[in-house]
Amino acid sequence: MSDKIKVARRHTNRSEVLIFEKSSPGKRAFELPPLDVPAVNAGEALGEFRRAEGVEGFPEVSEIEVIRHFTRLSTWNYAIDLGMYPLGSCTMKYNPRVNEFVARLAGIATEHPYQPQELSQGCLKILRQLEKCLLEITGMDAITLQPAAGAQGELTGLLLIRAYHQRNGNPRKKVLIPDSAHGTNPATAVIAGYEVENIKSNADGQVDIAKLREQVTGDVAALMLTNPSTLGIFEQQIPEIAEILHAKGALLYMDGANMNALAGITRPGELGVDVMHLNLHKTFSTPHGGGGPGAGPVAVRKILEPFLPVPVLVEKEGGRLALDCNRKESVGRVRAFVGNFGVLVRALAYILAYGPGVRQATEDAVLNANYIRKHLEGAFDLPYTRPSMHEVVFSDAIQKRNGVNTMDIAKRLIDYGFHPYTTAFPLIVSGALMIEPTESESKEECDYFIEAMKAIAEEAEKNPELVKTAPHTTRVRRLDEVAAARKPVLRWKPSDKRSEAAD
Amino acid sequence: MGYPTQYRYTKDHEWIETKGDTATIGITDYAQHELGDVVFVELPAAGARLEAGKTFSSVESVKAVSEIYAPASGQVVEANAVLQNKPETINSDPHGGGWLVKVKLANPAEVNSLMDAAAYEAYIEEKKKEASA
Amino acid sequence: MRYLPKSPAERQEMLAALGAKSIEELFSSIPEAYRLKKPLNLPGPYSEAEVVKYFEERATENSSGYTSLLGAGVYSHLRSVVTDAILQRGEFLTSYTPYQAEISQGTLQAIFEFQTLMCQLTGQEVANASMYDGSTATTEAVLMAERMTGRRRVLAARSLHPEYRDVLRTYAKNSGLRVEEISYTPSGALDEKGLKAALREDVCAVVVQSPNFFGSIEGLGALAELAHASGALLVVAVTEALSLGVMRPPVEADIVAMEGQSFGLAPSYGGPYVGVIASKEKFVRQMPGRLAGQTHDLEGRRGFVLTLATREQHIRREKATSNICTNQALCALAATVHLSLLGKEGIREMAEQNVAKARFALSLLEKIPGVKRSFTAPFFNEFAVELPRSVKIVNAELLKSKIIGPYVLGAAYPELTKHALVCVTETTSRAEIERFAGALKAALESPF
Repeated sequence: MSDKIKVARRHTNRSEVLIFEKSSPGKRAFELPPLDVPAVNAGEALGEFRRAEGVEGFPEVSEIEVIRHFTRLSTWNYAIDLGMYPLGSCTMKYNPRVNEFVARLAGIATEHPYQPQELSQGCLKILRQLEKCLLEITGMDAITLQPAAGAQGELTGLLLIRAYHQRNGNPRKKVLIPDSAHGTNPATAVIAGYEVENIKSNADGQVDIAKLREQVTGDVAALMLTNPSTLGIFEQQIPEIAEILHAKGALLYMDGANMNALAGITRPGELGVDVMHLNLHKTFSTPHGGGGPGAGPVAVRKILEPFLPVPVLVEKEGGRLALDCNRKESVGRVRAFVGNFGVLVRALAYILAYGPGVRQATEDAVLNANYIRKHLEGAFDLPYTRPSMHEVVFSDAIQKRNGVNTMDIAKRLIDYGFHPYTTAFPLIVSGALMIEPTESESKEECDYFIEAMKAIAEEAEKNPELVKTAPHTTRVRRLDEVAAARKPVLRWKPSDKRSEAAD
Repeated sequence: MGYPTQYRYTKDHEWIETKGDTATIGITDYAQHELGDVVFVELPAAGARLEAGKTFSSVESVKAVSEIYAPASGQVVEANAVLQNKPETINSDPHGGGWLVKVKLANPAEVNSLMDAAAYEAYIEEKKKEASA
Repeated sequence: MRYLPKSPAERQEMLAALGAKSIEELFSSIPEAYRLKKPLNLPGPYSEAEVVKYFEERATENSSGYTSLLGAGVYSHLRSVVTDAILQRGEFLTSYTPYQAEISQGTLQAIFEFQTLMCQLTGQEVANASMYDGSTATTEAVLMAERMTGRRRVLAARSLHPEYRDVLRTYAKNSGLRVEEISYTPSGALDEKGLKAALREDVCAVVVQSPNFFGSIEGLGALAELAHASGALLVVAVTEALSLGVMRPPVEADIVAMEGQSFGLAPSYGGPYVGVIASKEKFVRQMPGRLAGQTHDLEGRRGFVLTLATREQHIRREKATSNICTNQALCALAATVHLSLLGKEGIREMAEQNVAKARFALSLLEKIPGVKRSFTAPFFNEFAVELPRSVKIVNAELLKSKIIGPYVLGAAYPELTKHALVCVTETTSRAEIERFAGALKAALESPF
């Protein structure tokens, strides 16, 4: 009987190849309206600059094939719309759909950055409203919406700090960065022309005040502090930290990536922070989209206002808004045009939806994190026991006894239908499990997550091999990253053999 | 894998084999094991100067980069070309074919202050104990 | 609140599980003095309809109903509705950076396709998964050249987009780079003699844009030769990516820094757009930004992963090739979908329409007494014209006819007062072009 049953070949919707591998000459997915002016021979018009042939290898497919291709690809992704991302420090919260709708409105999406300012008052009002809201939330005095992401915000912040010190006669040499910091902090400090000096955290995972006193000299421009720290713990001594820095003329930079623990509860501007950035694609719900776009506004105290990047939004007589580029002390531009306007629109839509109720989101975020912490304490090692805010950091110390590490646990979590938590940092916890549920998770989802993690902890004990070889249920298993790094293949070529993709 | 007795070793897990005033430098088996599969090695060109205790090379795995510190001062005579296409040689043969550079030593006596094989083996035993504590 | 999936009862249940009586207790680690006692002074809360109404009102306060002749780094092109249909899928829109490859194959394969398309367009061997935009891509390309050569002088064309030059200067100030400008000739192209005179063994990069800010196409072969003779790298910035649909690719460049906004991204008052860096394979370890690489899993299936991550901030920290983390992934996806839709024939046809329409516009403008073309070099869809009176005054007149006139070059180029940069794309109808020409003629003839 068995030789009469033919092996069924799976439909290509399970093994979608590259768009180039579906091409054949003459297929089109898009048609243009006919040309309504006299045609021009491109060869004559462009001469030696003309492209001789069409773009070699460019796709030639139909509209339905484009829809099917990308729809199929999308089904291989995990997403917030499907379930929780417990990624620490990423704040993977719900991306409200009305934000997408308003960003696409005609009259919003269609505006050119160089159109006359009198025909852009709608756009400028949006910027002004967002500025006011973010200043209210942070308690700072002035703000720029220009930086394209958190890292660029960090750079802008450091440039402002440098300009300030320069104006006082000495740009200074170093920036202090806690060993628990996100990697963008030291990378950015170097680009801003500063040396990085690490400051060790104390046994509670907080800034060691005694060490800080020693390390803050006249050579230090600033301390880059994340608050709450990447351990999810509030830096209680932040006012003292600010004092120590200010006494030596240094400034306090706050990495606002963890603002989801603070919005509506406390304001960095009141804690002694001089300059901070926000990640709109974290706290303010703009979509991650597989890796961006984001936005990284930078809010400052009055002393740094003169140095803000141009253009600066100003109010003229009659309430008219304008973009002012005439700022003598400005650090310059960090990018073309006014910023990731479409992202700024989405962030404002989010804030308007919540209003003062944004506090409730913060409370729910902290509630969720603590609920998860409570139920997983015991099953996982908790290296720092101070109260958690919106995220909690465990370690794999218990599971390591059976040879199971945080990466393995993370991969096994995928089999339970979740995206892994953050494993890559903070560096001060060996084998870290950094978990941030955000306020977007229901009690039910939190309970599923707790159940899954507890099950994995048990598996690590009773059946470690199962965890170490996870994931078992994904369409591709562990991919060979070593081969990818040794002999990188970073593009398709027409000479590539069409390979059978997964499944 | 044993540690060759004619080599000297540093606390940062480099080894150095001297022959008169020339030497060969590499990383130890312990180091390659900690790093995992090596995917890329950055080496100085012939003629470059090495300063004892300063970095002169880096070895990359998928998820980490290790700076390599010069055990002694000198000038690079040759960098191991094999590692360009076969970086994995560091994993399979760290004390032999996986050598990084050959140098002309500025001060051959510098090497005497480094650990010998027995001292290095004791050192890494301590490290292993610390890690599992 | 509709975004919060908890009932009051569930909150109580969870608090009880923590042994807490109120949520306040969970904030006890914040010193009392710093906890806000009253609600923030923010507008709202708004229902969904009120949110929409707010933005619809703002939309009426902008430029609806006007015809525009603006380009200058941001281009109005046709976009298919299919692009948004794909982008709006939750699995793309709300997914995270693809660090966990097994559950991000959709994003990773799309990035791989994006990288391939960018290589095909630019004629380069590798391309990254995106930078913030063209201006920062250009700056990062220069920083890359600095890393590769160890030199600190940069020669940038004056005809490189003014804001791109501003960004470059901001970054350069802090890394000790010296940026000098090389001017242009009456043809509108880079002054080769000036470049030759300025080139010495201390230059890391020569930065040109093609088509440049004036719309003029640069002869890259000669520029590359000059640069290479001094050991400098040639960085070519492209702000109007559609030009590559009909123009030969910048293969002579060592690094291409491109703005991809023309490919499916709305102008959106300045962003988000998508930058790309494309270069030679041998330089790949110096490239900033993410890279998706092809590989296989343990059962031999093809798959994709982020690779060469040791260049990046999360591993290399201080020694990273860039501090970039979040990039413009969704915008890169938009470009990938858009280009897949346009395809080989479509991109050529769209580009050819731009060529035709721009020349039609120029022919009408040149018939107006006193109006002449500023430069002589070939152009794609943008060209500069000199007017017999102030462009600002002319544009003020044009506004009365609901026309947003061309970019005033005099603002960024004091030597070009009375010159205007006209951009015409496939979206500008013949009627609009004729109306513009007519209104311009009238504005030049009007008494004051």
